[in-house]
Amino acid sequence: MKPIWYFVGLILFTIGSILLLTGLYLLISPAETNAVLGELYPNIWWGGLMVVVGLIYIIKNKNVIVE
Amino acid sequence: MNTIGLNFVDWIIIAIYFAFVLGIGVYLKKFTKNEEDFFLAGRRNSSWVAGLAFLSANLGALELLGMTGNTFKYGMYVAHFYWIGAIPAMLFLGIYMMPFYYSSKIKSIPGYLKLRFDEKTRVLNGIAFGIMTVLVSGINLYAMALVLHTFFGWNWDASMWISAVTVAVYVTLSGLMSAIFTEIIQFFLIWFGLFLVSILGIVEIGSIQEIFSRIPASFNTLWSTSGNPAENGMLIHWGGIVLGLGFVLSFGYWTTDFLVVQRAFSAKDLRTARMTPILASFFKMALPFLVILAGLIALVLANDPNSGFALLKDGSQVNYDSALPLLIARYYPSGLVGLGVTALLAGFMAGQAGNISAFNTVWTYDIYKSVINKKASDAHLLWMGRAATIVGVLISLITAYWAKSFPSIMDYMQAIFSWVNAPLFATMLLGMFVVWITPNGAFWGLVLGMGSSIIMYLAVKFQWVSLSLITMSDVSSDMAANFWRAWWAWLICFSATILISLFTKKKPKEELVGLVKGLTPETIDKDLRLIQKPEFWGIISLIVLIILNIYYW
Repeated sequence: MKPIWYFVGLILFTIGSILLLTGLYLLISPAETNAVLGELYPNIWWGGLMVVVGLIYIIKNKNVIVE
Repeated sequence: MNTIGLNFVDWIIIAIYFAFVLGIGVYLKKFTKNEEDFFLAGRRNSSWVAGLAFLSANLGALELLGMTGNTFKYGMYVAHFYWIGAIPAMLFLGIYMMPFYYSSKIKSIPGYLKLRFDEKTRVLNGIAFGIMTVLVSGINLYAMALVLHTFFGWNWDASMWISAVTVAVYVTLSGLMSAIFTEIIQFFLIWFGLFLVSILGIVEIGSIQEIFSRIPASFNTLWSTSGNPAENGMLIHWGGIVLGLGFVLSFGYWTTDFLVVQRAFSAKDLRTARMTPILASFFKMALPFLVILAGLIALVLANDPNSGFALLKDGSQVNYDSALPLLIARYYPSGLVGLGVTALLAGFMAGQAGNISAFNTVWTYDIYKSVINKKASDAHLLWMGRAATIVGVLISLITAYWAKSFPSIMDYMQAIFSWVNAPLFATMLLGMFVVWITPNGAFWGLVLGMGSSIIMYLAVKFQWVSLSLITMSDVSSDMAANFWRAWWAWLICFSATILISLFTKKKPKEELVGLVKGLTPETIDKDLRLIQKPEFWGIISLIVLIILNIYYW
């Protein structure tokens, strides 16, 4: 079976991508928000970090099969 | 408060998580071919997998909402749950106890009691553990419903049933393996989903030093105010912390609670099993930087009238468990709200799955096969494990409604642990390290220990006796009462077991080889390099623990 780390990578990459895209969208067309420190656009840098970490896990475990 | 409006992207992220865990359950089903796969994940996990699962099984509602809320209520003293209240016990399990557990090839903790003592001790502990587990599972359900109610305005019934059914589906499909997979995914989602709260809180307030400077002195130290209970937020003396939490409750939980120890049983070999809790100890020590810090940030904001931050109230009673959800609502924009909610959901569901997977194992092996159907085939046991999963979820649903009436989750949790785990630790300690402890000594010691803990709880609750009689202090909190009650229950069980063992029949020594220190050849891990030895990493972990305690003294 695929190792658990592969699935960890998949979910981090998927959710991170959605966050990154949402952040970029909010940057281009800012919406009214009540979030404190929303002007820091945490979606972009936090989503980006998740994408990077997720990709590392996916690539490292792409061809790994555990018994 | 008004419920938080989730937009489309938040819903997508939550939906992805639900689809993912259900998909993992379906994917793993084809690898779940026999009862060892279902109950012990095939005994093939690495120390990283088993270690993170070991930690994450404990990282449910109790850790997230309960600990953040308790930090608001009691201050920095809650960090004791993560440091002195966990690390020494985890290291003791890995270094001293795991060789007896793992080498005897048992499938559960009550299974060890059967080998070391007898059938009646096993069944007594199996029943007590089963009841405790579904109670804890119910609390997880309650906490999850709180989040869904707080964020979405869902009604309690729908929240509990939807989450319970999801857990029931994936645990029924592939047992412990799917529980472990989802626990590890939960570990990553919790860090990515919730650590950002602490980061943004620090940015808003200014610095960690600023956070500490803005909370009351009785709330911002670990030990320096513990000499006088009136001077610290938890109203407890350091003796209660060390004896009740650091020794009895902590060792009782981390070394004998099958929910967490089961993850180590899934390791591929003995060294891996020993490394499991030791590796987990490093991650455990990091958790206060997520949970405690969030609680302190909530406290600072609540004390600042300009922040607009206040905890929810149920009538006149402050709902401390609302601290973390309210911080997420404060800091997270669209998308991140979905991630924050998903992290909380993941924590609750994985915690619940952990309880249910431990329950189905103990029910199947230690109650059903031991008492009801001794000749059950492997295939029948696999079926029974799946049926027990569904029944366990249903029972925990009922207990969730009971848990809802308690004001703070963590106080309640500690009450349960001090009934079951505290006396059991005395039984285990004596069983593993003293050859002449007898089956009758263990059984009646356990009965007296558990009975006395429940009686003490009821006696204080219904004011038959003064709380100060148990805590030896005129001022004390519910938490302090739990610590002290655990200590007395442990002491009663410990003393009674020794006393009764002096007058009852001992087991032949040849039946105890491999189960008791002194009768077991100590050949493990002799040929490993220093850096590969569990003892080496245990010492490193201990050094980090000491440094943290001194730094936050």
